[in-house]
Amino acid sequence: MAEKKEVDARFKKFGTVSFTSLTKTNDFITKLEEGKVEGTKCKVCGMVFFPPRADCYKCLSSDMEWFTVTGTGKLVTYSKLQYAPVGFEGDLPYSIALLDYGTYKVFGRLAADVPEADVKVGMAMKAAPNPLPNGQINYVFHKA
Amino acid sequence: MGKVAIIGVGQSVFVRSYPGSIRELAFEGFREAMQDAKIKNTDIDASIICSAPEYDKQRSPAGVLAEYLGLNPQPTFYVESLCSSSSMGLRLAYSLVKSGLHDCVAVVGFQKMSEISSAESQERMGRGADIQWESPFGTMMPAYYATYAQAHMAKYGTTSEDLALIRVKAATYGQINEKAVYRKAVTLDMFTQPDGSMAGPVATPLRVGDCCANADGSSCVIVASEEKAKSFCKKPVWIMGLGSATTAVNMAGRDLFTGLSAAKASGEQAYKMAGITPKDIDVAEVHDCFTIAELMAYEALGFAKPGEGIGLVRNKETYKEGRIPVNVDGGLLSKGHPIGATGGSQIRTIVLQLRGEAGAMQVKDPAIGLVHNIGGVGLYGNVTILGR
Repeated sequence: MAEKKEVDARFKKFGTVSFTSLTKTNDFITKLEEGKVEGTKCKVCGMVFFPPRADCYKCLSSDMEWFTVTGTGKLVTYSKLQYAPVGFEGDLPYSIALLDYGTYKVFGRLAADVPEADVKVGMAMKAAPNPLPNGQINYVFHKA
Repeated sequence: MGKVAIIGVGQSVFVRSYPGSIRELAFEGFREAMQDAKIKNTDIDASIICSAPEYDKQRSPAGVLAEYLGLNPQPTFYVESLCSSSSMGLRLAYSLVKSGLHDCVAVVGFQKMSEISSAESQERMGRGADIQWESPFGTMMPAYYATYAQAHMAKYGTTSEDLALIRVKAATYGQINEKAVYRKAVTLDMFTQPDGSMAGPVATPLRVGDCCANADGSSCVIVASEEKAKSFCKKPVWIMGLGSATTAVNMAGRDLFTGLSAAKASGEQAYKMAGITPKDIDVAEVHDCFTIAELMAYEALGFAKPGEGIGLVRNKETYKEGRIPVNVDGGLLSKGHPIGATGGSQIRTIVLQLRGEAGAMQVKDPAIGLVHNIGGVGLYGNVTILGR
């Protein structure tokens, strides 16, 4: 009898509801669990990618290495949701947001404990992993 | 190769919940376009069927609709680019006719959104963005567009009242468009009163009144070669310019958040192909899925400089009697937005305007009109320029 093949479906754990299970960037989840938000960098041409990619469209290489998102990014924009798509009702209210780190940008959520009155476009923030109930995990932005 | 014309246009009434199936819904827009063009099913060489998937259960709707519309055994195929599907269909119809492969092509757009709940619909639309990296955060279309509104406000000082003025304008014309889903007037009070029907927050800074209504509807545009158009039709409307562009699906891959780069690029292509500039446009339909989207369209299309678009609304320059009338059929905000049918409906409005057949919505003697139709959060841009 053939051995049952192990399926690496770590990406099912990403976010409140994940819509993807298999990706070559599955290590992203393990790195989140280790406390790091990471993107990828092409070892051949040096292109930097966030969100991480397995393949470089510029030089067509798949030889990538991970890098850690460090320092602070500037808040480009955000929106606080009062209405949610199916599956996210329990999270309300929550804010989606975008940070600009200079050579790349990071899309995610504001941390739930950032007071609304403090949020200003242009403010410095930093991305950090954020464990969720039921073993899920994402990352959120904290005031720097 | 000769020019390419639009010889017939039609749309269903846009409604909250259509009491029939997708084939019956599609028939309504098709019938009006066929009666408009005064042609027979056998005059049509091919059909292009346009919608966004997962609102109804039918897979490969092209075959089903082609049979119901009496378009067998001619070829048919399905085109999808979310909310700009039927403008993309028109682009492909143009190339089929221009290449000489076909002489007459029907572009049929449809969407029946009412079979699922509003929250389910938001989930579907949200999955028109990046499902791997963004949807797990709980994204949806109003929230994505809200991030553009937030950035526009931060950079240019745009206010919530400015955005509300766009909705007030849309409702002015929705009231006189018998095809519109929302036929009532909207006043600023409805945004500012705490219990106002437009005031409820959806995704800051966008409120209920800033968002278009889901609707069921269909549209049909019949495209023909110059030779066929002259034999079939007294008032052909010519396709003068076409532009189409894309941008990164993931917000992190973009550089502009106060406008849609794909809209700007497709507008520039269309102007160049038509050999005209923005000041030559006499009437326009823009993709106002949200109020901020109309404002960004003014700036992307060159009707105003970046940051100055709101002056057009404040000064009523985009009203029917203004310098550049925009969405004088109620737009997506009041006419309604049945995803796959929307582009065809916008094209119908401009064709009727150019023929002088727009009734109460008619602007004064337009010669050139423009359609701006966007899919997803600026993911797909399509701009079409039409002339008499």
